[in-house]
Amino acid sequence: MKRVFPILAVLTAALLSYALYEALVAAPTEQTMGDVQRIFYYHVPSAWTAFILFFVNFFASIAYLIWRNTKADIVALVTAEVGVVFCTVVLVTGPIWARPVWGIWWTWDLRLTLTLVLWLIYVSYLVLRRFSSSGQTPLLAAVLAVFGALDVPLVYFSIWFFRTQHPQPVIGGGGSIDPRMLHVLLINWLAFSCFAALVCWSRYRLEVLRREVDETLALEALLEPRSSQTRISPTGRAG
Amino acid sequence: MNYLYAAYVATWAIHVAYLGTLLRRYTRLRNEIAEFKGRIEEK
Repeated sequence: MKRVFPILAVLTAALLSYALYEALVAAPTEQTMGDVQRIFYYHVPSAWTAFILFFVNFFASIAYLIWRNTKADIVALVTAEVGVVFCTVVLVTGPIWARPVWGIWWTWDLRLTLTLVLWLIYVSYLVLRRFSSSGQTPLLAAVLAVFGALDVPLVYFSIWFFRTQHPQPVIGGGGSIDPRMLHVLLINWLAFSCFAALVCWSRYRLEVLRREVDETLALEALLEPRSSQTRISPTGRAG
Repeated sequence: MNYLYAAYVATWAIHVAYLGTLLRRYTRLRNEIAEFKGRIEEK
């Protein structure tokens, strides 16, 4: 596995470079918005990747709730963390696109607000996991993740069922897109998905190692007082 | 064009920052392992 990772990393870097070239150079310029429309090739794939990661987090959390499986708990943690990173990209690139096109950075539109709520839910999930030392933390986090995942379809379908300022979906939902633009969009999505998978893999390995080290240190701490007991006098005072 | 480049640079800045935190955590973990090994060897 250690040999496979660098190969996949190089392939992903090549794919990301190709996707960047396609987005900035090869994709046709949109007539109304001009070059700023190319933000779409990073914004939309990042959103799709974040949604997939949050769905994986949802299923891993369900798996943890049913079987109390440690691996499922780690997958849930990892996908939530990487999903928040991609969701942050969505929330940053969206306003950068909106400023020249809408004339404003942000509006409390349904899609935008729900995306911000989604981000806040998963940030609170990570805060819970980071700062709670209770043994019940994975359980509480799994329950929070299950409820948090309900926001994902709300975000996705908000522009289908409600009139919002956000552009309508380009795939399905009656939208249309130039085939060359669709090709670039899908290439970027593939590249970002591969990148997300690699980052999740690294983060998974790191978390497994982290837990092994914590367990070993805890075991060492348990054994430590026994050896120091020899220094305690029969009266119970430390000698 | 400035907005376009700002969006692309921001995207990669976010990803690089996150990868940086992963690297920092990994380095800290390796140091902890080395420290632990040192303690074991002393005993």
